[in-house]
Amino acid sequence: MLKKIVLATVASATLLTGSLSHAAADTPFHNASYDIARELFGEINPLFVEHWKQQSGKEVKIIQSFAGTSRQAQDIIQGKKVDVVTFNQVTDVDILAKRKLLREDWAQQFPNNSSPYYSTTAFLVREGNPKNIKSWDDLIRDDVKLVFPNPKTSGNARYSYLGAWLFANEKFNGDEEKIKAFVGKLLKNVENFPTGGRGATVAFAQNGQGDVLLTFESEVINIAKGDEFKSANLEIVVPEVSVLAEFPVAIVDKVADERGTREQAKAFLDFQYSKDIQQLLTRYNYRVHHPEVVEATKAQFAPVRLINPTKLLGSWDEITAKHFDNGGILDQLLAAGR
Amino acid sequence: MSKPTLFFLQTPLLPGFGLSFGVSVLYLSLVILLPLSALLLYVSDMTWAQYWFAISDPRVVQSYKVTVSAALYSTLAVLLIGLLLAWIITRYDFPGRRIVDALVDLPFALPTSVAGLTLAALLVPNGWIGQWLGFKVAYAYAGIIVAMVFTSLPFVVRTVQPVLQDLGAEYEEAARTLGASRLQIFRHVVLPTLTPALVTGGSQAFIRSLGEFGAVIMIAGNIPFQTEVSSLMIFVRLQEFNYPAAAAIASVILLASLILLFALQVLQGRIFAWQRQGR
Repeated sequence: MLKKIVLATVASATLLTGSLSHAAADTPFHNASYDIARELFGEINPLFVEHWKQQSGKEVKIIQSFAGTSRQAQDIIQGKKVDVVTFNQVTDVDILAKRKLLREDWAQQFPNNSSPYYSTTAFLVREGNPKNIKSWDDLIRDDVKLVFPNPKTSGNARYSYLGAWLFANEKFNGDEEKIKAFVGKLLKNVENFPTGGRGATVAFAQNGQGDVLLTFESEVINIAKGDEFKSANLEIVVPEVSVLAEFPVAIVDKVADERGTREQAKAFLDFQYSKDIQQLLTRYNYRVHHPEVVEATKAQFAPVRLINPTKLLGSWDEITAKHFDNGGILDQLLAAGR
Repeated sequence: MSKPTLFFLQTPLLPGFGLSFGVSVLYLSLVILLPLSALLLYVSDMTWAQYWFAISDPRVVQSYKVTVSAALYSTLAVLLIGLLLAWIITRYDFPGRRIVDALVDLPFALPTSVAGLTLAALLVPNGWIGQWLGFKVAYAYAGIIVAMVFTSLPFVVRTVQPVLQDLGAEYEEAARTLGASRLQIFRHVVLPTLTPALVTGGSQAFIRSLGEFGAVIMIAGNIPFQTEVSSLMIFVRLQEFNYPAAAAIASVILLASLILLFALQVLQGRIFAWQRQGR
């Protein structure tokens, strides 16, 4: 822990002095990302600086910020100058498109719906899986208590909700009343609604709340295998069917054009698709697209059939309006479950 | 020669009434009034029906109930604990007294979300304190009260303390020479003098608790209709990019606090009058 703190202090100090000395060299570009990507971009950014120097002979500086992506989107709408976004939620990029900060067809700008990597919702259970939790079906049992963030305040939790919905959708052949009953029961089993993913991790792994934690598969593996909660011997459960969670990237056109950083910004996002970075992403337990990397890391990921929510439930706009807006199905189910 | 000119000509310690007043009003406007009007600007985009819909949503109404009742309980607790703390700090001399005095301000300095996280870790059923409690505190209603007590305790201590110091022991000694019992001294000498400070500190603690966010959401569990506080509802609306609705809920809390503060001013006048009569 102390080592981490020292490293972080040194790193931020070097970053600070670095940005001061290079301020005149080149316009820095700003990458806004989600909270838990801190370590990930801590590795990627220096690699890109190196890569860009080799390719163009120029120095580039990356300003990096982390926060919940809805928070980031709000800041950008309110005027924060961000050149590229690397988010964990499509809707938060869409809202920027709606405010004309970036192009409507941003998802076609880069391969794979502009998502260099993806994940899904998986479960984390206690040592020995005492409640024998294998699938979504087990989550609605009376004796199972869940922890996941509030879907209203966390994108991660919206995927958990959608995962349950899509599973029930197949199970009940689209019978909406039955699906609602299933998801409603699942929500009723939630013991604690932290406002974000890390809060949920702390509540589950450290404070002993609940029998199962729902979050991104990448996080589930990081928690189970990371040093912090190693002694708890938590176990990973990947259900047979789950939801496809894409991690979209986009250039914020308005800012990039204004500051003349488009070239670097585009190169930075293209860089995420390179073999080296795709390899690096799998170390953080994200699933990737690069065929060679996929082949090489086959053993790392449990087989799972992923359902793209937009294939079944309509566009993200439609999903948000129907499920997550004020008075939507999520609100109705929470109200009914009280 | 009209009176206002005279008013502006008076010269107390600080130079230039015009300048000092101007600077004060400027800062008040920049720091308080401008943000508040921006808030109202968001609200002004809504029709009355939309406004009513935003603030009367059943889940939001339930959050008012949770917030206000928890704030009430926590204020009562804070009054008791705060009075006791102020009392031992001013009236007793013991090793570590200055440390206790300094610790009182800690909740002001600590980021409240850190406080919430730490309290939750202590109070969960398998936590250091939680394992000795028979009921659930962390991630439950009781947790909200604990978090509010933590963040609002300094208000009571710091308003009561100077009054206790000023009061001195002479009055109590005089009362004792006249044959008053300890209880009588407390009821008739100490308590009336402390009442204004207790009322002020208590209301500040209450108002603070109404708006408390960081500490509460970390420990509340945030279950809709059970342990959601109003500040979380504002946060939820913001996450939905529904700024007007968030501002509407905020305006309700703001209005409640304003009314309370105003009532407090009136009440304080009454208490002072009552004290003068009693003497």
